[in-house]
Amino acid sequence: MKNIKLLHSPIDYTRNKYLKIISYAFLIILYLPILNLVIFSFNDSKRNIVWRGFTSKYYEKVFDNQILFDAFSNSLTIASLSTIISTILGLSTAICLWKFNFYLKKYYDLALLFPIIIPEICMGVSMLAFFNFINWPSFEIWPLSLSTIIIAHVSFIFPIIAIIIRSRLSILNNEILEAGIDLGASNFQVIKLIVLPFLKPAIIASFLLAFTLSLDDFVVTFFTSGPNSVTLPVKIYSMVRFGITPEINAVSTILILIIIISTYFVIKFLTKNNRALTK
Amino acid sequence: MTKNKICIEIKNLNKSFGDTLAVDDVSLNIHENEFFTILGPSGCGKSTLLRLISGLEIQDKGSIIINGLDCSSIPANNRPVNMVFQSYALFPHLNIKDNIEFGLKLKKIPIKDIRQRVDNILDLIKMRDYIYKYPAELSGGQRQRVALARAIVNNPKIVLLDEPLSALDANLRIEMQQELVNIQRNLEITFMLVTHDQDEALSISSKIAIMENGKIIETNTSTNMYEYPIKKYSAEFLGRINIIDGYVLKKKQIFHSEIFGNIDLKGNENICENMVLAIRPEKIIIEKRKENKLNRIYAKGTITNSTYYGDMSYLTIELDNTKEIYIHVQNIHRNSLNELKIGKKLLASFDINDLILLEK
Repeated sequence: MKNIKLLHSPIDYTRNKYLKIISYAFLIILYLPILNLVIFSFNDSKRNIVWRGFTSKYYEKVFDNQILFDAFSNSLTIASLSTIISTILGLSTAICLWKFNFYLKKYYDLALLFPIIIPEICMGVSMLAFFNFINWPSFEIWPLSLSTIIIAHVSFIFPIIAIIIRSRLSILNNEILEAGIDLGASNFQVIKLIVLPFLKPAIIASFLLAFTLSLDDFVVTFFTSGPNSVTLPVKIYSMVRFGITPEINAVSTILILIIIISTYFVIKFLTKNNRALTK
Repeated sequence: MTKNKICIEIKNLNKSFGDTLAVDDVSLNIHENEFFTILGPSGCGKSTLLRLISGLEIQDKGSIIINGLDCSSIPANNRPVNMVFQSYALFPHLNIKDNIEFGLKLKKIPIKDIRQRVDNILDLIKMRDYIYKYPAELSGGQRQRVALARAIVNNPKIVLLDEPLSALDANLRIEMQQELVNIQRNLEITFMLVTHDQDEALSISSKIAIMENGKIIETNTSTNMYEYPIKKYSAEFLGRINIIDGYVLKKKQIFHSEIFGNIDLKGNENICENMVLAIRPEKIIIEKRKENKLNRIYAKGTITNSTYYGDMSYLTIELDNTKEIYIHVQNIHRNSLNELKIGKKLLASFDINDLILLEK
């Protein structure tokens, strides 16, 4: 036999010189701009081109900027409310699709995928057209002024949550539920003592994922936001039009940090839920 | 032996799924302290019968009386029965201790009693070192024990076991069979087991019911089911058997067989024309020479097939160039194995008293 090396894992492929170059280039193109953004948020200069020394004054500026702060609190409010609503809707949808058989269930299943596969721009435009069509009132009072954005976010986030929870439910063997009933549990107790604890990791993970998706959404938000309801990504976009300042870098860094932290917990809960089942 | 009280009385039970009749007019009495096995091929309705008793399915007709109490309208979660599932169905998010305590906590039993009962059961199944492990961290046999413990800790009137050993490998299965029997004897709880494994049914149960197409064919003690079966189906399903071609002459009380001649049936009750004679393969022995013994029937034949199992050899023998019979020979001497090669001629014999008269 000649030198035939069996490649077992993705890492093994990096032993090949060319593949190594490609993968490093890929990583650099992917992460260098983000690293650049973070570094220059500490740059003591109005321009983003030359490094003039370390400063954290732009972070102070960000926290003093009332408009930015409002946009940020809008974003957090939207993310929290739409996450809570989507989790409840997604959980109920998943349980419903798992437990019951009903007319046109197959098509309902497909329809659930729609908000995920449809281009975000189309989603944004259609939402805008829809709110105009039904004459949705533009509320002045906060947080009602955010209602359109929250509705739009819920409509594309809850299917994702439903799919995550459903994939975990699919490994919940029906005999386990019957064992619960056999041991004296009522239907309600089966849900409370078996189904929900079993789903806990998936619920937490999808909760955090929903929060991340809502927090950094731009396209759909852009079309559904009014003058009184600017979110952080939309605000950043409007600031960029007057040139990229280190202030924007600082805001973006904060946003990235929040998303990294919640993604970390998503992964942690999802991997934890795998460990308990496969062995 | 004193007859125990009836634990479960099943009367004319019917259950159908769509067009298929899963349980067809089943009536059974299960006595206290019995290890009752329902044996049948897959799809015969035996699991459905078990689920009807547990209440997880509701019958179309008939009644289930547990300890004198008609349970037909009692929902599954209030019936005094507990089930051990085929997939064990342990709660994956709870550790072993919480799994076992699950039923007791729901019944709001004082924590002190729970602790004591769980303690006792852990000793019984020898799982004390594993109480804080999760089901995914246990082996198949250990999960099986926990599933059993979770059922019997509730002191049910009857424990229902739905093919509990089918997922285990051969050696472990035999070990667990013995353990099941020991636990059943120690606790004096009625066990009702469903299986398609004939050896398992014979080795662990005190009583066997053979089921086919939703109907109970025959109910008997496990020894009688093998040695004195009544129905042809149950004799053929439980172990191997040679059916002897021929017909009954009722008036003369003899069975006429072309190969063995006329066989006297005197002493047998309830002879009718619709019967056949049969003999188990291990009751036939190989003889050196023909002797004129009383009640012994001899036949010459040629070995056409021979399978070696170590302790036993299973032979197929052609008698008079027509009829094949099976013989199971114990390999007592290793130098006599040559005599069991294909093509060898031999003389076989059996005792008339070992013949079984079966209803078709």
